[in-house]
Amino acid sequence: MIAGISIYEILTVTSILFFIGVYGFLTRKNLISILMSIELILNASVINFVVINKYLYPDMLQGVVFSIFIIAVAAAETALAVAIIINLYRQIASVEIKDTEIMKY
Amino acid sequence: MERFIFYILAVILIVSAIASVSSKKMLRSVIYLLFTLCGIAGIYFLIDYNFLAAIQLTVYAGGIIVLIIFSVVLIHHIEMELEVAKLSKKIIVGLACAIGLGVFLTTIYSHQFNVVENYNSVTTEQIGLKLLSYEDGGFILPFEVISVLLLAAMIGAIVIAKGKKMEDGRPKSEVLNEDK
Repeated sequence: MIAGISIYEILTVTSILFFIGVYGFLTRKNLISILMSIELILNASVINFVVINKYLYPDMLQGVVFSIFIIAVAAAETALAVAIIINLYRQIASVEIKDTEIMKY
Repeated sequence: MERFIFYILAVILIVSAIASVSSKKMLRSVIYLLFTLCGIAGIYFLIDYNFLAAIQLTVYAGGIIVLIIFSVVLIHHIEMELEVAKLSKKIIVGLACAIGLGVFLTTIYSHQFNVVENYNSVTTEQIGLKLLSYEDGGFILPFEVISVLLLAAMIGAIVIAKGKKMEDGRPKSEVLNEDK
């Protein structure tokens, strides 16, 4: 644990990060920006896992292992999303949300 | 000392996250996201999870950011500015987020955490043994499932990104519009 820092302060920072991500998710109009906001949200939750593991259950490793899994899933998700976005750009020449109204062809 | 470092990291995290979701230039917002991710790695270093910090730096700062920059450069015209939401929408979403944050913070501060004072650090060896143990509480099954998932995502990304060719040099949307 960090000397002199309580768990409340870290949880406050991660909550702020989470809601910044939600704000970006709802206000951005571009698919790549939305992907970046999702990364922010995922990272905030990963810090929560790690910090709660460290402060409340220091003898266990569940939080660390779960955060490794979350990072792996986030990497897979980003790769797929980038592939979908590139394919979409080839088909409709735009990555704005308002242009993506058809699902196939 | 660690207090100061944590506060500096927190300020970097929050400021660059806000800049990342509000910047009008696409590439700049990706770079602000990179700062945020590096700050998160700094927090992992502070609470003594060196392995996780290394993963954060390699996978996020080295992998995902490069992937996003790649797609930005492939797709976006750099000088083009992003379309921003209407002011009224921004205010409404900001208010909703502030209310949600208030709910979160009141819940967190009213909850009594029984914190265990400890300064023991976790080694990479312990994490590896936990990941690969097949006894009670081991994580061998999720580990294998994740490896299959990564393989599936790799193949899927290749198949999706390959796509179909444009019809006689034009994007498909133009061909579709003519058909209508």
